[in-house]
Parts: sequence; structure tokens; C-alpha cells
Amino acid sequence: MNDLTPTPQERIAKLKGLGTSRKRVEDARFTQGKGNYVDDIKMPGMLHGDFVRSPYAHARVKSINADAARALPGVIAVLTAADLAPLNLHWMPTLAGDRQMVLADGKVLFQGQEVAFVVATDRYVCADAIELVEVDYEELPVVTDPFKALEPGAPVLREDLAGQTSGAHGARRHHNHIFLWETGDEAATNQAIEAAEVVAEEMIYYHRVHPCPLETCGCVASMDKVNGKLTVFGTFQAPHVVRTVASLLSGIEEHNIRVVSPDIGGGFGNKVGVYPGYVCSIVASIVTGKPVKWIEDRMDNLMATAFARDYWMKGRISATKDGKITGLHCHVTADHGAFDACADPTKFPAGFFHICTGSYDIPVAYVGVDGVYTNKAPGGVAYRCSFRVTEAAYFIERMIEVLAIELGMDAAELRAKNFIRKDRFPYTSALGWEYDSGDYHTAWDKALAAVDYAGLRREQAERVAAFKRGETRKLLGIGLTHFTEIVGAGPVKNCDILGMGMFDSCEIRIHPTGSAIARLGTISQGQGHATTFAQILATEIGLPADSITIEEGDTDTAPYGLGTYGSRSTPVAGAATAMAGRKIRAKAQMIAAWLLEVHDGDLEWDIDRFVVKGAPERFKTMKDIAYAAYHNAIPGIEPGLEAVSYYDPPNMTYPFGAYVCVMEIDVDTGTHEVRQFYALDDCGTRINPMIIEGQVHGGLTEALAIAMGQEIAYDEIGNCKNSTLMDFFLPTAVETPHYTTDYTETPSPHHPIGAKGVGESPNVGGVPAFSNAVHDAFRAFGLRQAHMPHDHWRIWKIANQLGLHG
Amino acid sequence: MGTKMHIALTVNGEAHELLAEPRELLIYVLRERLNLTGPHAGCETSHCGACTVEMNGKSVKSCTVFAAQANGATITTIEGLGSPDSLSVLQQSFREHHGLQCGYCTPGMITRAHRLLQENPDPTEEEVRFGISGNLCRCTGYQNIVKAILAAAATINGAKEAAE
Repeated sequence: MNDLTPTPQERIAKLKGLGTSRKRVEDARFTQGKGNYVDDIKMPGMLHGDFVRSPYAHARVKSINADAARALPGVIAVLTAADLAPLNLHWMPTLAGDRQMVLADGKVLFQGQEVAFVVATDRYVCADAIELVEVDYEELPVVTDPFKALEPGAPVLREDLAGQTSGAHGARRHHNHIFLWETGDEAATNQAIEAAEVVAEEMIYYHRVHPCPLETCGCVASMDKVNGKLTVFGTFQAPHVVRTVASLLSGIEEHNIRVVSPDIGGGFGNKVGVYPGYVCSIVASIVTGKPVKWIEDRMDNLMATAFARDYWMKGRISATKDGKITGLHCHVTADHGAFDACADPTKFPAGFFHICTGSYDIPVAYVGVDGVYTNKAPGGVAYRCSFRVTEAAYFIERMIEVLAIELGMDAAELRAKNFIRKDRFPYTSALGWEYDSGDYHTAWDKALAAVDYAGLRREQAERVAAFKRGETRKLLGIGLTHFTEIVGAGPVKNCDILGMGMFDSCEIRIHPTGSAIARLGTISQGQGHATTFAQILATEIGLPADSITIEEGDTDTAPYGLGTYGSRSTPVAGAATAMAGRKIRAKAQMIAAWLLEVHDGDLEWDIDRFVVKGAPERFKTMKDIAYAAYHNAIPGIEPGLEAVSYYDPPNMTYPFGAYVCVMEIDVDTGTHEVRQFYALDDCGTRINPMIIEGQVHGGLTEALAIAMGQEIAYDEIGNCKNSTLMDFFLPTAVETPHYTTDYTETPSPHHPIGAKGVGESPNVGGVPAFSNAVHDAFRAFGLRQAHMPHDHWRIWKIANQLGLHG
Repeated sequence: MGTKMHIALTVNGEAHELLAEPRELLIYVLRERLNLTGPHAGCETSHCGACTVEMNGKSVKSCTVFAAQANGATITTIEGLGSPDSLSVLQQSFREHHGLQCGYCTPGMITRAHRLLQENPDPTEEEVRFGISGNLCRCTGYQNIVKAILAAAATINGAKEAAE
């Protein structure tokens, strides 16, 4: 040892492993405009495809005349349902056990529905040809309200389901009914509520929104008829699942299909589903023998692919008069649109909505969810949340506020009184989830202290008094949230998508000179996997993160995985990465033992090397071992250093957080200003604090959008009113506030490195925090519940209805 | 299909001539004819700014500029702002301050920030936020983008002062 021998701290720092704010490896190409997104792909002879879409929300398609379109120079083909029917591809299965039209088969059920697919030599010819396709529609009565859809005389939407009294999730009681999904003990819950000293009842609506990633959905399908291989590049959050579905639908053997997700310009759930554009592009490529590109424009994206939410949540919550919660009852009317295309694990048609007991120790609860068809676009994806978890968090965090009003209690105190105590974990909720870990009181106290909660309440009381004296027209809202998520789907025993268990995978190859490549079944859409998964591995195997390439998204090379959504990458693929790393280390230990001529039990792992116990000068670094693995004939050990792990998580993970939003509201204009936003997240072990903070900023801004203005609304004849960025609110840098982030760290006990996932927490916690701030500002004037989005007009209306405009 | 017109334009210092329908949008001229795929189409209605390029010294949304309007123009895209061997201060600053995630808005955002710092070399945070309000980002919540632009301005101004 001498002065040049690196210290353990220096060796750890060199790895840039867990806990390091490592700069992102992705950024070099993105900052130079050298990303490779699907619309950047150009192939020789490539054609463009685009849709003729329905202007009507409900109509019979009497005829389609594409003669003029076909006659236009440059048009190669116009596909209709009649062309797809012989292939049995005019309909396709959805992820939710329903089926969906690929192209209008006799009728259309929502505005923007795909009617015909035009294939032409370039996108301009395509657009011209679309104008020339004549479709004769006969309008039918429209229903866009899920409650009206269930009335006896409501129009029949899904004629293809005539006479079917049960679907994929049980009995259907009406022609527009999809399923009733129930869990918990309804009788006991009703009993608890009826016997309670205090009951609060409220309808909480979480409106229809859209993930709206900046890059829309699209693909390039290329059928190579010479070697029989189909390649599909696309914006897929789950490329392996797309490959399997493509094989099942097309009959092409799975080994002859290669699905590639290149760089993805944001997903947020929008890119989980399988869309008609993918199917039509593949068919068109098979028919023409040429690559076919389909790229949505923004209007297509907002009108037709994968909305989120649209949950009408009727809640009853009961408590003792001193605020101990005794029961929770929730009935949801879920508007699924024209086809049930929700992206949920098969056995959970309402996703994990039954996490809706939240952070609270609620002795008895019941949830029932009625799925309903309406003349709206299909979808129901998890927009920056695990399956229906944001709906659940919004529901319980609003119900807590309503209960606080009913009790005349401070909402922070009511929460603290009902939190699941630290010593109760693992905790089984009344609706059956086993919460793995948590320390809610510590997080809550830290958050309240950080914002000087008592001081804020004093200021608020003074403001109300000043308002009543006519000295100010601004009110102060303090929006509180303590959320608990359930992410990391999930255990194969109860989580699957189309029958595929929701494990994930990692395959590692160590190169002779001590660098490595790892491939995963997930796919980054901006989360920075190439940066963070290398950090997990660096700590596990002692090679610098900078020497580890992470590759995802190519089904020909990556091991099978279920993809990236529902904050599952870190909990599931991150665990697979750690486990594969440990397999590498186990073999490395045997090699080191041979090299050092000791028994492998005499070695211990030390940051980046195996050291002989009691003799620290005798060691072999992982780099030495990698070289030996390829150069030495070691008795009883195969050459090479590779490992693969398929990780089936034993449980979900349960990230949580405490958020406080302080909002100024102008009573006369309905405008608001977020004066302070404090976000404390506990995502267990923190892999890269810089990336976590970035995720929190982004998720909060999506939450701001949802709570304060974003919506997909329809008029009574089914026109989508928010189909461009003129009408669909995405906050700019001006509307977006400054955020303060903080954390506690409660590792997951069952995850190999204790990580829980964080990407979606800020959206799940942020929406109720912003919304509760609006409600809280008007609490002193009698407001109990006002539906989102809280845009200026709606806030003005609240003030007006409360008589605050004089 | 309309009649094609002859269009000459200079992009990132290089002269190009091509035949295009007058209605063809500048974003597709850049992306599909000149293979400059840095600028992205995000909305085709001028709202998102992913397609931002510099045309004759002004930031424009190339998704709503016709090829015909770009005839004779001098254009700079993200590809013209730095090279792999010498990243611009802004490009480095976006990486340093984690001012990007999925990367889709990034070329437009940096191209806009570049012009903003030409127009206002020492902006306040408020001026930066207003100055990039034509560029949407769905991932970052802007906080680190603003930080990256302010840091880049400080670096550029510091270097200028040191040179004086």
C-alpha cells in the first residue's frame, strides 16, 4: 500500500454505483439531436399509411367508396374492414379481454375511430387520398354519459355483443355494461358505516385525461418476404408483448418477428396498448412487400389512442367523533369508452384501484366497479401511475378532506390519527394488499415541519378574516396529501397480461477486459435506464457504471420482459439486474478462489474485488477475474462470464410520500398561483438522486396539468372538445411552479436492493395535493367538493356559487 | 399534387437546392430531404415547439413554415449548434443540470434557448421561463431546464468577461 493506492471511498466513487447522481449517458445523443425515434427511421421504398377517421361518435357505415383515392397517383392501397376480414384482422383482442375494431366493421362507435387505412408513397399523398375516400354514414343516437348509458332505453353500442350476458370479467347486466368487479366485505362495511358516529358521503369525479407524450404513437412495419421476417419498429412500452400479440394475430411464428422500440419520446402509459395503426401497418407491409410507416398526428393521438381515468367514485367514509376511521365504501362508475381496452393485469379489470384505503388503517372496506361502454375513445391506461392507483389516491385523499370537514377537524391531524403505524408493517389492508413497508408518521412530521404547517394555518385564518373585512380578494389554500402507491407489477401468481406473467429480466455479459453489456426486458421512455441500471450493476459486480452498456427494446437481443409502465422497471427489472449481477459474482468468486489458490469460502467481497479473509493484500479485482474467465482453463468451471435472471417479484412495492401545496387563489378571476410546493418521497433505496428529483419535477407538472386544466371532454353528440394543444392544457414554463423535493428512505424488505420505484409517485400524490389546495382555500366558505379540472373558469364558478362575488 | 418549385436554402452553413411543393412544411424538408432529424414534429400546430429551428436570426416553429416561405433563408438546427467534439455550452449545461429526460423536446428547447441568449444574454429566471414558453416539455417540469439555461448564460458571460 502506498499513497497511490485508492482508498475504499475512492474505489466506491469510481464505480458511480447506487446513490450517485451520475450524469446521464443518454444525454450526449439527445442534446445533439441524434436520438433515434420512430419517425426518424427511413427505409428504402418505405410507404406511408394514415387513417380515414370517423367524424361521428355513433353511426352506421353504409358504404365506403375509395375509387377516387385509389386512382390518385402515388396511392398504393386503401384498406377497409372488408379487406381485413378474410385475414380475421378486422377486429383484434384488447388487453382487457374485450375486442376492438381495427377498422370500422359496419359501424363506428367514437369520433376519430379508424375507418380505412390509406397507403401511399408519401405523407402528403396520403393526406390528399384520405380526403377522396367517400364514406356514407347514417348517424345513430349517441351516449357519452356512463350513467345514461346504463338506462333501460339507452342506445345499443356494442351490437357485436348482442345476447352475451357475460364478458371476460363476469356478468353483464345491461347491453352497455361491461363488468361489475367487487372486493372487500360489503355487508360488514355497510354495518360499520351505519353504526358510525360520523359519516361523510361524496361523489368524487376523476375526469378523463390523456397522457399526451410529446412524441405521438407510431411504427414502421417491414415484411421481408425473402427471408420471411417481419420487423416492427414502434413506440412500444412493452415490445415483447407486442411481438407475442403480433405472432398470435398474424400467424407468423414468433422467431420470425422482431419488434424494436427505438428511443421513445415519452410514454406515460399512452404507448402500452396495441393500436389499429400497428395492425394496419403490418398488414399493409405484408400486402405491398414494402416497409410502411404510420405516425399519428396530435389530433389522432388525443382523439383515438388511450385516454386515462374517467372514474365516477361514490364514496362513504365513517369515523368515531374523535376522528378514528371505521369504514370505507366505494362504488365506481367507470367510463371505458367504446371498447374495453384498459391496460390492466388480466385479473384486475379495475387495476389496483383497491389500494384506495391509502395510507390509513381502515378496519373494513368495500369496492365495487361497474365498467360501462359509451361513445368515447377506448383506453383507460395508467397515465403516469400504476393501474388505477392515481384514481384510488385521489379518491381517498379527497374523502379524508371531506371527512375532516364533517368532523370539524384539521385534515393533517385526521391523517396522522389514522396512518398505519410503522410497527404494523407488513400490513394487510382491508381490501387484501400486503403493504411491505412504510413509516408514514416520520414522513408526515418532516413535511409539516418543513412548510411550518401551523404557521400556514395561522396565515390562512388571518387571510380569511382579512377577506371578510374586504381587505383582500385572494384566498390561501393549503393542499395536503399523504399517498401510498402500489407498483412493480407483479407476482406471476396473480399478475399477467394476456397470459404472460409479469416477471422481468436481465441478461449480463462481462467482456474479457472488464467491461460489460446488460440487456433488459424493459424500455426507457425518458427514465434514464441506461444510466441507472448500470449503477445497480456497478454496485453489484464492482465494474464502473461507465464500463457497462445497457440495452433494451430489441426483442431479438433482449430477454423476454413485460416492459415499462406502472413504475415496474426498478422494482422488477431492477431486481432482475441485481440478481443477475449476483450470479456473476458467485461465479467470479469461484474463479478468484482458483486464481488465489484458496477455498472460495475464504474470500469476501469488497467493493470491486474478492479479498482473502484476513489478508487484504491478497485480492483479485472483478477486472482481473473477467480476464481470467476468458483466458484460463479452470478445472470444473466453464469459460466465460455471463448470467441471466428472470425475476418474479414476491410482492408489489409500496412507495409513499407527503406533499404540501400552498396556493393563492384570486376569487374574482379564478386564477391561481402555486406559492410553494413541497414534495417528500419515500421510494426506498435511492439509485440516482438527480434522476429521482427530475422524475418528481416532471410528475408534479403532469399532476398540475391534470388538476388545474387538462381534460378530454365531449359534447352531447360525442364531439371531442380537446383534440389539439390549443384546447388540451399542457403547462408551459410560465405556469409551472418551483418545486422543493425531500425524502425519507424506507427500503423495501423483499427487493434485492430495497428500491420501490418513483416515476409515478409525483403524479399520484400531486393531483390530490393541487386539488385539495383549491378546495382548502374555500373550506371556510362551505365548499365540500368541486370536480377537476380546476381551471380559471371553474374556480371562478366555485367562488360565484359560494356567493363570494357580492 | 401541386406544382413543385425550386427552393434554395442554407442550413447549418451548407447550401441546398431542392424541388418541393410549396405546401411542404419546413420540418419535413429538414427531416426527410436533408436528413436533419434533430427537430421533431410534436403537434403540427405551433404549440409544442419540438420543431423549433432558427430562420434568419429568429426562432420559428418549422412545422408551420412552408417550404416556399423558407426559400432563400438561412437556417440553423440543433445539428448546427455543436459537434460531438465540441458541444455548445448549452448542450453541456443541459446534461450537467439534468435538463432533459426523453429527449424529444430537447433539440427545439436548446435551439430556442440559444436564440434567447442571443436576444438577452443575461436573463432573469422569469425571462427564461417566458422566453421558452413556446416550447413544451412533458418530462422535466422545466425546473432543471431553467437552471441549465441560467447556468449556460453565466458560463458564457463569465468567459466573455475573462476575455475582456
